[in-house]
Amino acid sequence: MSGDIILRAEGLKRSFVTRKPLFGPATVVQAVDGVDLSILKGETFAIVGESGCGKSTLARLLVRLIDPSEGSVWYDGADIAQLPPEALRALRSDLQFIFQDPFSSLNPQMTVGALIEEPLITHGIGDKDERRARVDDLLTRIGLTPAHADRYPHEFSGGQRQRVGIARALATGPKVIIGDEPVSALDVSIQAQVVNILEDLKEAFGLTLVVIAHDLAVIRHMADRVAVMYLGEIVEVAPAEGLFTAPRHPYTETLLAAIPIARVGPRRAKARIEGDLPNPTAPPPGCRFHTRCSHAQDRCKTERPTLRDLTGRQVACHFAETLDLTGLTGGDAARSPSARARFALYRAARAQEGGITASEKTDSSTKETLS
Amino acid sequence: MNLNAPLLDVRDLSIQVAGVRPPLVDRISFSLRAGQTLCIVGESGCGKSLTSLALMGLLQTPPLSIAGGTAQFAGRDLLTMTRRELGQVRGDRMAMIFQEPMSSLNPSLKIGEQIAEAVRRHKGVSREAARARALEMLERVRIPAAAKRLDAYPHELSGGMRQRAMIAMALANDPELLIADEPTTALDVTIQAQILDLMRDLQAETGAAMILITHDLGVVAEMADQVAVMYAGRIVETGPVAQVFDDPQHPYTIGLMSSMPSLGARSDRLVTIPGVVPQAAAMPDGCRFSTRCPFRTPICDNVPPLTSLGNEHEVACFHAPLEQTPKLRVVGA
Repeated sequence: MSGDIILRAEGLKRSFVTRKPLFGPATVVQAVDGVDLSILKGETFAIVGESGCGKSTLARLLVRLIDPSEGSVWYDGADIAQLPPEALRALRSDLQFIFQDPFSSLNPQMTVGALIEEPLITHGIGDKDERRARVDDLLTRIGLTPAHADRYPHEFSGGQRQRVGIARALATGPKVIIGDEPVSALDVSIQAQVVNILEDLKEAFGLTLVVIAHDLAVIRHMADRVAVMYLGEIVEVAPAEGLFTAPRHPYTETLLAAIPIARVGPRRAKARIEGDLPNPTAPPPGCRFHTRCSHAQDRCKTERPTLRDLTGRQVACHFAETLDLTGLTGGDAARSPSARARFALYRAARAQEGGITASEKTDSSTKETLS
Repeated sequence: MNLNAPLLDVRDLSIQVAGVRPPLVDRISFSLRAGQTLCIVGESGCGKSLTSLALMGLLQTPPLSIAGGTAQFAGRDLLTMTRRELGQVRGDRMAMIFQEPMSSLNPSLKIGEQIAEAVRRHKGVSREAARARALEMLERVRIPAAAKRLDAYPHELSGGMRQRAMIAMALANDPELLIADEPTTALDVTIQAQILDLMRDLQAETGAAMILITHDLGVVAEMADQVAVMYAGRIVETGPVAQVFDDPQHPYTIGLMSSMPSLGARSDRLVTIPGVVPQAAAMPDGCRFSTRCPFRTPICDNVPPLTSLGNEHEVACFHAPLEQTPKLRVVGA
């Protein structure tokens, strides 16, 4: 990873009016409330947090799918928050978005080939033959075949449709791909296929990947660095390894402790969080997490902590240096040698089938026999 | 009554959809004793939810129908009960918790009224007594300011609180059997942890048996005594949770566990299960996982029976244990 910053947010804010009565003041929620972050060229950067934390809003702000209320997003020397529409359109070919739901994000009346070709036409890339070649190439890369170009989205499974969404995002040769829960709607086995494809394509095209997710295991697997959000703010940014094994913010610790681990054994004493997320239209004063934090002190109730540098990471907690927090300790299931041999057999057998290329072929052929 | 007799004993349950020959759920059997938790785990379309709906008498008939089997619950067959008889058992001796509390709570009735109604329907107590029971239940599921919440409408509660209210309603009549279908899937991870803790505590208090349906192996590991892994309408592996997790035998179980990203250390590449579950009409006659299995051989054109490996651990694979099947060792080497 080079240290070059490719995308940088500065004091980014976005509010939404959630209720506007005929008389009296409107109810406003600060979905993103003062976010600074830098995304490095070539890295996979993850934004995690629970519903309502503002992660999806932040993702959309980063590519200006929505306009910020305040602040700027710097890409390639320009503040994209200020760009006029024409300049913004040109930028779209560099910054692409993958949506969570492959069912609602693909026009059901267009063939898969037309869907992947559309961004090329919009951006005036190539002539008809070149575009067709590009579509064929992309289809092959996501494990389909050029013959699939004439099919419609409903003829594909959820995993295949999400791959089409990825191919469409890749058509214009973007530098940065932002995925909002790109694999959350998929079953575990299908999710693994899509994660592998995303990682292969990232490698092949030298992409920078920003992934929004609530599934921390997927993040642990994919991300180089992780930002944790709570009520519109980033509370911790750290390299994935450090964040998962040694969190420095109490909310990160709580989030990690809440993950159900697929391992049978003595149950850990858990740092359980009490209560619900506070009402985001009236976030608590001081540190927003203090109402649910077991380490909170008087200072936390009044003084809002800012994101500050600690060795190798940034944390927004007054007591980040002194708190003794627990992360996830490694280790998988306590498997016997024979069970481990079985897993090795499975892995080897899959590898022999030829990795994803073969797997996708099986996938599409399954569908073909059905239609 | 024999104390060791299972509370629920399901034998060869099959569920069919009109016009499609292969059953959606194909001769599944399991049993459950008081106080036990059985987790049924599998991916979309494996039949886990259909199974629970069939037990509750909530299958959409037609087009779905029960094509065979029995489900003995406290000595009676749930599958042959009349609608009226089921209505007496449901919500009383057995209760269900759904994934989305918003769609299973009546949006126009206050929480307290809904719980009280469930109590009055089965226990024939006074309005006051039913309301008192509703309050007691809201307190038991640790809803803060429970007395105030009695008069709240479902939309006024957060997702986590709604799921607590659902649980309060399900447990109001002290059921012996609780069926929970993805009870925490719609919730955030910290709220999920709270609800799972709560369900475990309440189960320990009441001694109810629970069938927990989930796609999340993490939830299984935290909650289950027994596990049944379902694939395409069949149980492919079942046993005590420690056996299934530490010594999984079916290629599907192994594949599922391999496709999960590890929280421990970062791996280079996820091992996948290629392909998709065949659609009902294209279901193979033999092993239903054979279309996606790297170990398939001609014998897999037959239906593999669930075979005991000892320790109550059963697997439906001709090649189990895989590491002792000579041919496969060559493939893997």
